[in-house]
Amino acid sequence: MNHESQLKKVLEQGGFGVTAECGPPKGADAQVILKKAELLKDAVDAVNVTDNQTAIVRMSSLAACALLKGAGLDPILQMVVRDRNRIALQSDILGASALGIRNVLCLSGDHQCFGNQAEALGVFDLDSIQLVQTVKGMRDQGTLVGGEILDPAPDIFIGAAANPFADPLEFRVTRLAKKIKAGADFIQTQCIYNMDRFESWLSMAADRGLTEQTYLLGGVTPLKSAGMARYMRDRVSGMDIPDDVIKRMEGTPKEKQREEGIQICVETILRLKELSAVKGVHIMAIEWESAVGEIAEQAGLLPRPVFDKE
Amino acid sequence: MITAEQKPIDEIRGMIAPYKRILALGCGSCVAECAAGGEKETAALASALRMAARMNHEDRVIDEKTVDRQCVNEFIIQLDDILDSYDTVLSLGCGAGVQAVADMYPEIPIIPALNTAFLGETRDQGYWVENCLGCGDCMLFYFGGVCPLARCSKQILNGPCGGSVDGRCEVNPDIPCAWQLIIDRLTRFGALDRLEAIYPPKNWARKQGSGPRKIIREDQQK
Repeated sequence: MNHESQLKKVLEQGGFGVTAECGPPKGADAQVILKKAELLKDAVDAVNVTDNQTAIVRMSSLAACALLKGAGLDPILQMVVRDRNRIALQSDILGASALGIRNVLCLSGDHQCFGNQAEALGVFDLDSIQLVQTVKGMRDQGTLVGGEILDPAPDIFIGAAANPFADPLEFRVTRLAKKIKAGADFIQTQCIYNMDRFESWLSMAADRGLTEQTYLLGGVTPLKSAGMARYMRDRVSGMDIPDDVIKRMEGTPKEKQREEGIQICVETILRLKELSAVKGVHIMAIEWESAVGEIAEQAGLLPRPVFDKE
Repeated sequence: MITAEQKPIDEIRGMIAPYKRILALGCGSCVAECAAGGEKETAALASALRMAARMNHEDRVIDEKTVDRQCVNEFIIQLDDILDSYDTVLSLGCGAGVQAVADMYPEIPIIPALNTAFLGETRDQGYWVENCLGCGDCMLFYFGGVCPLARCSKQILNGPCGGSVDGRCEVNPDIPCAWQLIIDRLTRFGALDRLEAIYPPKNWARKQGSGPRKIIREDQQK
């Protein structure tokens, strides 16, 4: 089996990277993952597997990544610091590397109060930047937190997230700089609907030379309906959906709204492709993995590069 | 100070049910400041319990007393002469007070009347907020006097997270984003560059690494 990060290869060779998202089921059926794998397989370079997203208990990200790996995909293990302390996180990094998982995305995680285990203890022993730094130390120095040697070092392409739409804007760039300094090889952003704000954030990041120090993948999410657009605007914090996008969805007949959502998403990707500082796109089609191939096709992202397997 | 709130009266009545002679014991320190277990609240609770007992035709004696500090032995010792007349102590102290009384008088059952909450400040009348975890290694200098461990919902040392919008926390818009406060204060003092550094993982050993903590000061011992 190929144990190199497909995403890393595409990006290092100057390609426009494409990633998608796969949410594990609230159940123990491997087939759910394998079906999603089939939908995503030739449409993207790598697939993020969410880690108990919105604090709802689901099949573990590590297990679902192993299933994707077995099906020939390049998984990105999302790891949130909400549920595990530094002992468990480092242990899972070693386990992931041993399973041939080559990408990790380090996140804070949605607060436990939003999920179905609101009485759970939030761990937050490390924060997301410290997790990036920890994985980098394990990989590059072969050390654990505190300096103890491990052998052999895990082989991991390290990712982090950035939200250009949260406040305060100027400090968002400082935080991006900290993530890069900590060791983020690639960055995936929050869903982009407000291109103006995204571009002002991007130009501030470029001014600090940050866009040259990491691979920046712009996040996009196809809207399924006007209702979903309004819900995301009103209820998902740090989500910025301008009125013209909402109006465009509302002005479309219900039965055509999915198509319109895909169209908006494709237009966003085409604009992102024009920006030299953007090295790829992360398509988060929430519980709508079947849309990813169509979006990639229409945005001219197919076929994905294939490398010789040794 | 340590903040607390009184338990629901039905829960308290359930716990005191087996006992006939009860001493409601208030504390004049933190829990008086947060209007949960001071002299006034102790009198009010004792009176409510007496009334409930009368209405339910229960044969129960409920007296009240408040000591200045229920967590300090020199003050608890005032109970030496009176405890013999009671079957139980209903403590309106914080968790530390309850246990200090229990340690001093192992032979008498002690019942907590409060839910102890957090280390905080009185922000306004009837308004208390949490702002210290007692981590054992104060970092307030670095964060402009705002503690991200106590006041950020995700305890982020390198914040803010992506959920900070208009200075509010994603967990609840009633909560100010601690990181917005940190950035605002450091900006005011021209010290925002302090946040360019990556703060390493917290040393939690100072809080819970060696089990329950104690402070021993030989210079203070006789």
